[in-house]
Amino acid sequence: MTREQNISQSIEEKPSKRIMLDIKGLFKSFEDNHVLNGFNLKLHEGENLVIMGKSGSGKSVMIKCLVGLMQPDSGEIQVMGKDISKLNQTELDDLRTEIGFLFQGSALYDSMTVRENLEFPLRRHKKKFGDIKDTTALVTEALDSVGLAHTMDLMPSELSGGMKRRVALARTLILKPKIILYDEPTSGLDPITSKEIIELMKNIQKKYKTSSLIITHDVDCARVVSERMILLVDGINYAEGSFKELSELSDKKIRAFFK
Amino acid sequence: MPKVITIKTRIQDFFIEIGELSIFTGRFFKEVFSRPFEFKELIKQCYNIGNKSLLLVAVTGFIIGLVITLQTRPTLQEFGAESWMPSMVSISIIREIGPVIIALICAGKVGSGIGAELGSMRVTEQIDAMEVSGTNPFKYLVVTRVLACTFMLPVLVIFGDTIALYGSYIVENLKGEVSFVLYFNKVFNALEFGDIIPATIKTFFFGYAIGIVGCFKGYYCKKGTAGVGIAANSAVVFSSLLLFIIDFIAVFITDIFFEI
Repeated sequence: MTREQNISQSIEEKPSKRIMLDIKGLFKSFEDNHVLNGFNLKLHEGENLVIMGKSGSGKSVMIKCLVGLMQPDSGEIQVMGKDISKLNQTELDDLRTEIGFLFQGSALYDSMTVRENLEFPLRRHKKKFGDIKDTTALVTEALDSVGLAHTMDLMPSELSGGMKRRVALARTLILKPKIILYDEPTSGLDPITSKEIIELMKNIQKKYKTSSLIITHDVDCARVVSERMILLVDGINYAEGSFKELSELSDKKIRAFFK
Repeated sequence: MPKVITIKTRIQDFFIEIGELSIFTGRFFKEVFSRPFEFKELIKQCYNIGNKSLLLVAVTGFIIGLVITLQTRPTLQEFGAESWMPSMVSISIIREIGPVIIALICAGKVGSGIGAELGSMRVTEQIDAMEVSGTNPFKYLVVTRVLACTFMLPVLVIFGDTIALYGSYIVENLKGEVSFVLYFNKVFNALEFGDIIPATIKTFFFGYAIGIVGCFKGYYCKKGTAGVGIAANSAVVFSSLLLFIIDFIAVFITDIFFEI
């Protein structure tokens, strides 16, 4: 199967499932540096989609455009059928409660305890969760999901890198999102901790029935979690398909990802 | 030729920064009156800024009072005018030296702290994380810190002025055997409405300037961890400069209304 066949087949598949994320022709440049050059993506309900690309290939820029942290130069981004460029701030904030975002460096609020980190997004979304007086049950449930219920009163500085990543994952789960975006979930972690995080991601997907978009350059992570993959080269979809399909292609640029 | 380009670029950058700060200030005034209000965080920031600066302000104030009295005493003694000491010290401390020096101390301690804190939150994506969770980081981080600086600086200045006068009294008591009641009687007799009120009003502006510049530098911090240092440093430099400009304007206005 050629690279072109892979892309066209991938666009046609899963027609019956609801599209959670839909990106069409995304362009983004920083002065003369053209990072995204017409990137396309469709994430279906319950799917685990992995995007692989070299450093600087535009993966993180794309994911930041998805949640409105960056504005694309052109292109269309629809999240659960809503065009994010047409939403006002309140509508965008409401939509963001449906999207969990695991940052590369965990991004825990270092002046707050683990409990306060998890409570922070909760108390701002009374519309979705009602006026929750006692958040302990929700915090415990989220921390239990990542196996860290005992860290509730610790500060982020007292946690290891892997624990921080898990707490950050718990923080994204507490808003019960329908989509989770993972930005390099295993970067900077040792191989054992990476495996634990990958297992956790799979378990979370099963338990919460989320749709996941995973950005990584970790081949092991991609092999275990991906149902479908997009290879990003020079800011555009270079190849699309399952891990097995792509790893068997002979194209030089694609082979470079699987070495 | 490259030198000309550098100077031109620097001038351009300066005006761009002034423009960005104006937009930042405009956003502050828009957000400060809109719900939800972050009272809990505001109280926490007031505590951080006020309580944690008390010791530094007290020591600085005490030394200012002590030094001014020690330095001025011999000159006044030469003219046989030692009795004017409490009046002279109180007017100079309350009107000018206390507010300006304590504001500069706070620009160094509080302004750099805010710049570094928000800068590190920016580079470690904590501000992005707040935004992605659907909250408003500007309201939570910036509005609370700027308000806390605006409210706490006058309190710190009043506290610092009091300690400075006490320091001055100690020198007077040791050198001239002046009693506590006599000294402070002379102090309050010398002070007028036009000395205290304008000096206190300008400290609100000093506090606001320290807060808004610290937050602006930290909130838009760039270039990784090196940027955090730059943000903290430029917060102090820029706010200190702004303090002198505000002081000049305040003295000018006071002169019109109260005829100093």
